[in-house]
Amino acid sequence: MRIARRVKLVVPLFFALMLLAGVPAFAQLDLTGVWNPRTGDEDNPERLQGPSLVEFLGIPANDQGRQWGLAYKSSRLSLPEHECQVHVVEYIHRGPMQMRIWEVRDEVDHHLIAIRETISTYEQERTIWMDGRPRPSVYAPHTWMGFSTGVWEGNMLTVTTTHIKQGWHRRENLPASDESTVIEHFIRHGDTMTHVSVTEDPVFLEEPLIKSEDFNLVANPNTFNPFWPCEYIEEGETIPGAVPSYFAGENPWVAEYAATHNLPQEVTLGGAMTMYPEYRQRMKTLPVAKMPTN
Amino acid sequence: MKRTLLRVITVGLAGVALLAAYGTILLAQQPQIRTPRQTPPPVNPDYSRMEIETLPVQGKIFLLAGAGGNIAVQAGDDGVLLVDTGAEKMVDKTLAAIRKLSPKPIRTIIYTTLADDHTGGSGPLVKAGSVNQAGPGLGGRPNEADLIANTGILRLMTEIGEAKIPTDRWPPSTFHGKQKDLYSNDEPVVIEAVPNAVTAGDSIVWFRKSDVVVTGEIFNQTSYPFIDIEHGGTINGILAGLNRLLEITVPKHLQEGGTMLIPGHGRISDEHDLLEYRDMCTIIRDRVQNAISKNMTLAQIKAVKPGFTYEYDLRFGKNPAWTPDQFIEAIYKSLTARK
Repeated sequence: MRIARRVKLVVPLFFALMLLAGVPAFAQLDLTGVWNPRTGDEDNPERLQGPSLVEFLGIPANDQGRQWGLAYKSSRLSLPEHECQVHVVEYIHRGPMQMRIWEVRDEVDHHLIAIRETISTYEQERTIWMDGRPRPSVYAPHTWMGFSTGVWEGNMLTVTTTHIKQGWHRRENLPASDESTVIEHFIRHGDTMTHVSVTEDPVFLEEPLIKSEDFNLVANPNTFNPFWPCEYIEEGETIPGAVPSYFAGENPWVAEYAATHNLPQEVTLGGAMTMYPEYRQRMKTLPVAKMPTN
Repeated sequence: MKRTLLRVITVGLAGVALLAAYGTILLAQQPQIRTPRQTPPPVNPDYSRMEIETLPVQGKIFLLAGAGGNIAVQAGDDGVLLVDTGAEKMVDKTLAAIRKLSPKPIRTIIYTTLADDHTGGSGPLVKAGSVNQAGPGLGGRPNEADLIANTGILRLMTEIGEAKIPTDRWPPSTFHGKQKDLYSNDEPVVIEAVPNAVTAGDSIVWFRKSDVVVTGEIFNQTSYPFIDIEHGGTINGILAGLNRLLEITVPKHLQEGGTMLIPGHGRISDEHDLLEYRDMCTIIRDRVQNAISKNMTLAQIKAVKPGFTYEYDLRFGKNPAWTPDQFIEAIYKSLTARK
C-alpha cells in the first residue's frame, strides 16, 4: 500500500519533470572566447589547401547543382567583382579561421540580447539574435552571414539563419543558393567546441547537407587576428563583360580528381545516393576513372 | 492492493500517452523557419488580396513591394519622386502607402520600362501629384506630377495605341540620348537609357546621394529578364545594362552592401546579387550563341537535355508568364535577328 502511494506521487512528479524538460533551459553554456579551428581533422583539405576541381563527393548536390559545378571555370574568380567574394555562413566555418564569440547583454537586467561572432576569415561580423525578434521581409537584402536567431536547447546553442547570399557549399565546386537555410548547433565540451551545420537548399541540394567542425579554445585571446584585407585588382586581360564557363561536355577536369584517387567518376560528382552506406556495393561495380590525356 | 496497483499502472500509461501527445505538439509548434523564396507574381493576381510592403532601402529611398513591379519612393522636403507606379488595380493601395511615407505632393514619376505592372498606376498618381512651381494659370500646364521616360517608351506606347495603353499613362516628358539629370530632395537623380534591353525604351534611375539604383526589369530577382523582342528588346541590351550597373555599384566591404539596387521584382539587392545574375545571363547567352555558331536551330536548342538554363531554373525559371523556353527563344531570336 505504501509502495502504491509512493508510486502515485512519483508518477505525476516524473511527468511534471518531463514536461519541464520540453521548455527551453535558462542555464546555458558560456561560449565566449577565441576559438581556433582543429585543421588536422578530416575536413583538413577543405579548410586549408582547398578541394580539387570537380571534387563534389560528400555533397548531396542535385542535378542542377552538379551542372552548375561542371560549367564552372575557376578563372571566374579572377573577375574583379568576384575577387573579394566572401564564403557564406554555410561554408565559412570551414575556413582557416579563428573566431571570437562574445555576448551582448542588457545593461540593466543583463538578459542575453545577442551572441556575436567575429570570424577572421573575410573579417565577418555576425550577430545571433537571442531576443526572439522577427525575421526580415522576403524583400529584405541578403548578406554573407544572413540573419540569425538562436535558442538554447539545453547546453547546446541552436542557430537558424536565413537571408544568405549566393555562395558555396564547397568552394569553387558547388554553389549554395540565396534560398538556403542553415541550422547550426554549437556544442562545447570543456575547451573544445563542435560546430554542426545542417543546410537546406531547395535550388542546389537534393537532401540537407550536414557537416561538423571542431574548435579549440585559445588560452590567450589577445592572439586573435581579425584582419583579412582584400582589394580587387585587374588580373590580366579580360574581355569586358565576359564570364568564364565551360559548355556542356567541355570541362577538361571532370575526371582528374577521380582518376588521381582511383575512384569511379560517379562518386566524385556527389549526390545524396553516394552518401549512404549501401552505395559501397554500387561503387564496387563501377570502373575507376581514367586520367584525361590532354 | 492489486486494484490500487492496476490504477497506478493505468494512470501511468495514460500519462505516457499524454506526454507523447505533448511532445508531438511541442515538435509541431517548432516553427519551420526557412528563407522565404523569391516568387514571381501570379499570372492572374487577385489584387483585392494583395498588400503592399514598405521597406527603407537607404538614404531617402524606400521600396514599395507587392503592387506589381517594384516601386521606388524618394521622399524629402521637395515632395515625392516615384520610379514606376505598379499595377493599375493596386493604385489606391500604392497611394495610401506613399502617404504613410510623406504627406507632400508627388512631384515626379519616372518609368523604367513599358510593362503594365510598372506603368499601370501612373494615371491616378500623376493626377494626385503637383509639379514644382506649377499650378492653374502657370503656363497652362496642369497641376499634376511630371511623368518622365525615355523617348522609346512614348514611341512604343503610341505605336501600341490608346486602346491598350490609356493616354494618361503616356509620358509627356521624354528624353533621348544617354541620360537625363534631375535634382530632387537634395540629391542628383540620373536617368540613364539602357538601349534595346527589355524594350527599346528602358532606363535605370540612379539616386547618387542615397546610393541606390532602380534597375527596372533588366534585373529581376524572381525571374529571368523579360526580353520583349516585339518592342525592341535584345539579350545583348540586357547584358549591356547589367554590365553598366556593375560599373555604377560600389560595395561597402568585401562585396557586400554599399550601392543598393531595387530590381524590377523581388528583394533589395547589392552588387554581388547583380553579379551572379549577370554571370547567369551571360553564360546562358554564350550557350545559345555557341549553338547558333554550330548551325543549331531553335528547335534543336530547345531539345537539348539538360537545357541551357537547367541549373538556374529552380531559382529563376518559376515564372509561368516567362518560362525558360521563352527566355531561350528570345535570346535566340535577338542573336539571329538581322541587323
